[in-house]
Amino acid sequence: MVAASRTVSDAAVALRGLRFYWPGAKQACVDIAEFTLAAGERLFLHGPSGSGKTTLLSLIGGVLRADAGSLRVLGTELAALSGPRRDRFRADHIGFIFQQFNLIPYLSAADNIALPCRFSPLRAQRAGDIGAAVARLAGHLDLPSELLARPAAELSVGQQQRVAAARALIGAPALVVADEPTSALDAARQDAFLDLLLGECAAAGASLLFVSHDLRLAGRFDRCVALSDFNAAAEATA
Amino acid sequence: MRLPLWHLTLASVRNRGLATVLTLVAIALSVTLLLGVERLRNDARSSFANTLSGTDLIVGARSGAVQLLLYSVFHIGDATHDVSWSRIDALRTHKDVAWLVPLSLGDSHRGFRVVGTTADFFAHVQTGNRQPLRFAAGRAFEGVFDAVVGAEVAARLGYAPGAKIVLSHGAGEFAAAEHADKPFTVTGVLARTGTPVDRSVLVGLAAIEAIHLDWQGGSRIPGVEIPAQFVAKFDLSPKRVTAALIGLERRTTVFRVQREINTAAGEPLLAILPGVTLDELWRVVGVVERVLLAVSAFVVAVGLAGLVATLVSSLSARRRELAILRALGAGPGDVFVLLMTESVLLAVAGCALGVACLWALSAGIAPWLMAEHGVQLVPRFVDQSELVWLAGVVAAALLASVIPAWRAYRYSLADGMTVRM
Repeated sequence: MVAASRTVSDAAVALRGLRFYWPGAKQACVDIAEFTLAAGERLFLHGPSGSGKTTLLSLIGGVLRADAGSLRVLGTELAALSGPRRDRFRADHIGFIFQQFNLIPYLSAADNIALPCRFSPLRAQRAGDIGAAVARLAGHLDLPSELLARPAAELSVGQQQRVAAARALIGAPALVVADEPTSALDAARQDAFLDLLLGECAAAGASLLFVSHDLRLAGRFDRCVALSDFNAAAEATA
Repeated sequence: MRLPLWHLTLASVRNRGLATVLTLVAIALSVTLLLGVERLRNDARSSFANTLSGTDLIVGARSGAVQLLLYSVFHIGDATHDVSWSRIDALRTHKDVAWLVPLSLGDSHRGFRVVGTTADFFAHVQTGNRQPLRFAAGRAFEGVFDAVVGAEVAARLGYAPGAKIVLSHGAGEFAAAEHADKPFTVTGVLARTGTPVDRSVLVGLAAIEAIHLDWQGGSRIPGVEIPAQFVAKFDLSPKRVTAALIGLERRTTVFRVQREINTAAGEPLLAILPGVTLDELWRVVGVVERVLLAVSAFVVAVGLAGLVATLVSSLSARRRELAILRALGAGPGDVFVLLMTESVLLAVAGCALGVACLWALSAGIAPWLMAEHGVQLVPRFVDQSELVWLAGVVAAALLASVIPAWRAYRYSLADGMTVRM
């Protein structure tokens, strides 16, 4: 099993000589010599739109396949896995939070939070009693329990982002990837959301890859890097 | 409580309520139509095949087999020739013949055919699955001017035993002259059979002779008028009849007797096996039913096209949803299955609704159909052949939904975790 073979010293994400071209494109969209996210590290990745960050996250998630180079996530070489195995790996080990439109609108908040367990037996197993796990995460993220039965579409944007965070965290994935999760929130709510997210990741021991163009948030993280510093292709596609 | 995939499907279907309901209704109605036509077809065929049973041979003047069947049993068209009574009477004493019922056609009563026959008609003519004729009221004719009417004649014209009726010369719209001088009394009303017997007025052969005593060649003999009370003074034994129904002692002799009649010297006769000729006739009529079936199959195709159109048009709105599922670990295969599940679910629900609709409908119109058209439609759930049709509809839905499912699959490959539009 992938999780069992992992050692503590393994980095959460390790890229080396990674290159990716969109079909038909002459220039690489992602061209990274080296990049590492240590286990348990909370990293702020600064990237304006067009810097290839969404593509990079799709590569780390295993939705896209690199054209060259090595891409190890939690000690597993993604390039060596087949499509369905990469889907399973993503379901098992990575929690995603997006900028907005994170939730399936017609499912209840509780069902949205529990959704990763549908695709990953491993996360379902780690979550144990899923109903209790949903309630516990909702409590940590200040989501009132009466909200959980409501369809996601009826929640406010701030509530939706907290539901999305709970969904990313359920079943304790080792890596949480957040793509501009705070940009739809106002300043006060950004801070509150960040508190909750950082606290939960620390509590679960998960590595956090936080991507944003908003440098004001960077101070709260262990480390801050700019994507343009190590993605050689960034300027070409910007 | 691992969330099963069908839960997602159900929630998603519920979310697109109106479009889903309309699609469901379209499929249900097309299934109702398909099964309804198929059912009506089968029931009409069996009603048709059951028009006459227990009769082994029909004998008439030599013409076409279908023509003989049409005018003798269905009362459609007219005989080109009739047969002399002596020939028919001779057949009665044939060693293999158990019974013989003569039929004399040519008169009518307010649009209904008059059949001159003998009281044996009520004893030997059977319909449906060898069901003998029953009297709903009254009894068979006895006197010369007695008549028995079929169920529909009685219902349409409001006749009960005791009613006085007047027969017309000729049939259909050209029934110009009336035999007004010789009225008949209804003595009996037959129970409904769902066959042309319901639309017949039955009288004795002697009655046919009696009303034509003062007629010749299709019109009244000028100056000659024989009042009803004097007809008994004349010879009322039949001279000519139109056809005869024959029952045999042993069915195994049917082909031999048929050949004997067909090849006999003298007046040319034709004997037919009613079952064989009914089949032949149905093959002619059957083209229509096959066209009907093809039309309803097309309606089902339209219903399924609607299903596919709904799914495809909802897809672009659902790209975000699919992208989210993808980020959560759903493979493109899962997305494919999700869409397939959705359309199969709709198709199955549509079929179920259609069957329920058909059941309610057939329970509602069955009495009317029987009364007005003599077609027996039995309200029933589904039989095996209909299950095959339903399975076909679901299979077609499965096949058709490959289109939206494949598009969703392509989308989820192209979009990945974020929607690029």
